[in-house]
Amino acid sequence: MRTAFIQELFEIAKNDPRIILMVGDLGFGVVTPFMENLPQQFVNAGVAEQNMTGMAAGMALSGKIVFTYSIANFPVIRPLEQIRNDVCYHNANVRIVSVGGGMAYGALGPSHHATEDIAVMRAMPNMIVVAPGDPVEARLATRALVEYQGPAYLRLGRAGEPVIHKRIPPFQLGKAIVLREGADITLISTGGILPEVVGAADLLAAKGIDARVLSMHTVKPLDVNAVLQSAEDTHAIFTVEEHSIIGGLGSAVAEVLAESEGPRPLFKRLGIPAKFSSEVGSQQYLRSLYGLDAKGIAEQVLRALGVGR
Amino acid sequence: MTLTPEERVELQALAKKVRQHTIEMTHKARASHVGSSLSMVELLVVLYKKILRVDPSWPDWPDRDRFILSKGHGCASYYAILAETGFFPVEWLDTFYSDGSRLAGHATHTYVPGIEISTGSLGHGLSVATGMALAAKRDNKTYRVFCMLSDGECDEGSTWEPILFAPHHHLDNLVAIVDYNKIQSLGTVKEVIDLESLAAKWRAFGWAVREIDGHDLDAITSALTSLPFEPGRPSCLIAHTVKGKGISFMENKLLWHYRSPQGEEYQAALAELEESE
Repeated sequence: MRTAFIQELFEIAKNDPRIILMVGDLGFGVVTPFMENLPQQFVNAGVAEQNMTGMAAGMALSGKIVFTYSIANFPVIRPLEQIRNDVCYHNANVRIVSVGGGMAYGALGPSHHATEDIAVMRAMPNMIVVAPGDPVEARLATRALVEYQGPAYLRLGRAGEPVIHKRIPPFQLGKAIVLREGADITLISTGGILPEVVGAADLLAAKGIDARVLSMHTVKPLDVNAVLQSAEDTHAIFTVEEHSIIGGLGSAVAEVLAESEGPRPLFKRLGIPAKFSSEVGSQQYLRSLYGLDAKGIAEQVLRALGVGR
Repeated sequence: MTLTPEERVELQALAKKVRQHTIEMTHKARASHVGSSLSMVELLVVLYKKILRVDPSWPDWPDRDRFILSKGHGCASYYAILAETGFFPVEWLDTFYSDGSRLAGHATHTYVPGIEISTGSLGHGLSVATGMALAAKRDNKTYRVFCMLSDGECDEGSTWEPILFAPHHHLDNLVAIVDYNKIQSLGTVKEVIDLESLAAKWRAFGWAVREIDGHDLDAITSALTSLPFEPGRPSCLIAHTVKGKGISFMENKLLWHYRSPQGEEYQAALAELEESE
């Protein structure tokens, strides 16, 4: 996803001098073509994320569209007050880009796990939260965020994620993509966990359960209609995210369902327990540990539905 | 540039006026930070009358010089100078801090013409100013960016990130002014975290530094009309000031970081200003 993002941004930036890529001394090999070909639109802020974010606000208030770029929590939680006061309060055109959403940097340990970022960014006034599900969505989101007015958070995976969309889907910020229709239950996914969710839908189909899959690439503003429609159409809704169970997609969907006067489907949030992982391992290892690989998701769904294996 | 006698008299009168507003505002609002507002009055007066290329009738003029009050708590005198130079009606000052007012207790950009950014949390302004200066350089614009910091704010690590960044990028269109009034929230700067030698620190990071008496209108004018202090470097003006300047019983008193002038103190403050030059 990071490659898709940077390639797309590079292509757009060639013809749009307003675009600035500002990195916190990260992106070796990834940002090099941008850095070398568009030096006037590139800034390395050094290992100083507070200043990076404050400067991004200053440049944005001077007419630029600034993408700050770093990994995991570094561009998000480290400079949180700069995001709140300098970026959000001034409704500045800053896009905070984090590579390594969830446990993409699994074995590097919890310092590098971005597992509360969606919750924290959702709470910021004026901020929208975008977490593409695959490289295709990452490209589309990048393009949409150039046009968007105001602050945005773009949560990316790492590199090498599978392409889920075989065709370019219609893409609109704040509008879920229906990946497959289903009559029994709905799986709502955000971010890089999407391939696991699609895999889980396959496993469930083999058990005779017809699952709708929504890619909720925009967590804020949430596609409320897509949630309510799924509550009408299917009898259970599951949210799946590589994020803490607190404050992310699951919470956003729960808020909508709790206030809805419509049907009450069975509802369950699948995510990471709100604690630090004491296990060391790769993203795939940790996903399976938390029941967030395709098999684990399918098992959690079956258990909630009371269906015997 | 040096001031003519007429100019000096005019600036002194404006400084007096801004101090009067500051006392009235903090009295009426029962607000804190009168000492922090008073210490930078001469700096604001020279900036807004002689230095900043701004247009009160067109606050968003794209090529304007930018001014950021990073020490947002000192906003009473800042609002006063903006009103006195025509950015908004002087009557607004009467509403400072009050319910439904536009003028919050820290510099706030929403609905207040002339304020670039809202501040209040320390250690933010210089980064935003640096971003603006960098944007100007990238766009070949000639506007300059001024940022007023407090001394206490130099405790913030985030203040030192742009201090490190700006010289590396040769931002000689950036000017930091430190209102060095020597008193912060819980004591003197020397007691809390000694900043000395402050000038040497900025110099070591690559800034061109000058130190002046921050109440000397001629010294301020002379310094700020010779920008940048060195080509290719950002400029830092360390203004040695007196907290609570102009009201004898407030000067150099920590208490007046917090206390609002009421009763006899209020009357005495106004009387002292009335008698001053």
